[in-house]
This record gives sequence, C-alpha cells and structure tokens, in this order.
Amino acid sequence: MNIGILLKEGPYNHQASDTAYNFAEAAIKRGHTIDAVFLYNDGVLNVSKLMDPPQDDRNISTRWMAFSQKYNVKIFACVVASKRRSINDEVLINGGVITGLGTFTDIATRNDRLVTFGD
Amino acid sequence: MDFVQDMNIKKIMHVLRQAPHGTIYTYEGLEMILIMATYDQDISVVFIGDGVYALKKGQETSAIGIKGFAKTFMALDGYDVEKLYVDQLSLEERGLTEDDLVVAVEVLNSEEIGCLMKDQDVIIQH
Repeated sequence: MNIGILLKEGPYNHQASDTAYNFAEAAIKRGHTIDAVFLYNDGVLNVSKLMDPPQDDRNISTRWMAFSQKYNVKIFACVVASKRRSINDEVLINGGVITGLGTFTDIATRNDRLVTFGD
Repeated sequence: MDFVQDMNIKKIMHVLRQAPHGTIYTYEGLEMILIMATYDQDISVVFIGDGVYALKKGQETSAIGIKGFAKTFMALDGYDVEKLYVDQLSLEERGLTEDDLVVAVEVLNSEEIGCLMKDQDVIIQH
C-alpha cells in the first residue's frame, strides 16, 4: 500500500512526531511504501537542524533526516506554516523540502491512504 | 474525456473540531481548505464539537489582538466549496441553532456524518 503521512505537531511537545516516525518505520518493514511526509502546523519544526536536545534523548530532526536518506522519502514542510515558525532553507535538515500545499494535495490524492498524526 | 477527469477528482473532507481561537488549528485548517479548493477536488467541510464555534455570528477578535476569520467561511462559496456540514448534537450542546451561524450549512446527525465520512477518499482533521 502507498501511504502519505501528515504530521501536525511539533517535536518533543507532543507524541505525534514519535508516533508518525514509528508508524512509518513499521509500515515500511511490513512492505508498504511511504510516499512522503508532509509537515503542517507546528509539525514544520520537526525539520529544524537547530534542534539540540540533551545527549541522552533522541534527536527528532536527525532521526527524520536518517529516515529520509535510508528510504529516500522526502520530508515536506508547508511554506506558510514554516514562515510563521522561523523555518527556512538555512535551518532545514537534509531531506527536508519547503513547499506549498499543492504538494500536499498531490500527496493526499495520489496514495492509497493519508495517515494523519496530531490532535 | 469527462469520465477520465472525474476519476481524478478525489473526495476530500476537512474536519474542523476545535474552537476558532486559542489554537491555530482552525485558521491553518481554513488556509489549507482554500488552497486545496484551487486544485479542483471535491471538497467538503464538517464542523464537529467546538469546531461549530468557527461559524458563530458576531465574533469580536480585536480584544485578543488577532484578525478574525469567520467571514472567510462566507467566501468558501466563491472557491466552489459548497458542502458545509454541521453536527447537530454539537450545535445543541452549545445552545446554538443554524440561525447563529454566518453561512448556510447542512445540519446532519452523527450517523449521517459517519456515512459521508465513509464515502470519502481522504479525511483531514484539524
């Protein structure tokens, strides 16, 4: 099955970011395809390379970057939501792409499922 | 040719469930609806729970320092977003009726909304 992911919550503050990641990994292991991850609302903060948590904690943006490289999945961030939250090309992890909601419309409509993570 | 075109149009339902102010979910949800509407999809919007407050007449947001956007829901018609549904129980629980809302909507019960959801290709909750 081809799956698009919509992640609407920021890292650390909310479980959604971790759940989306765990879901994506598990789906791929089961033989499904993750077409893309799209970040909206505070979700755009997931791709900031300025993230610097304590060493004994997971680094969520680095984890998304590794995920993106390992499976060749783009992590898209909505441009309007990004601008509100100080996310631009300069702070973006590798594999992160700032784009418009047209990209999200494509992701939502071309896959078998869109799976949303957030409140 | 028309048939092929129809096959590419997906049914997308946006579910607004949160109060219009206090978080950005409803406002960014509305931004998403407006953009998606320009991509020729079959879009509907359903208001459930505190989401029904987004349509309430007489919102005055100047005191909280943000731009009100209730009027933008009135403009959805111009973007060919004409399917607006409101959950009956959510209205009743909040002491509201259709007359309290800024736009004409179709009030449905939970079962009817459930049937509509089942019929969608994509559901996005905000």
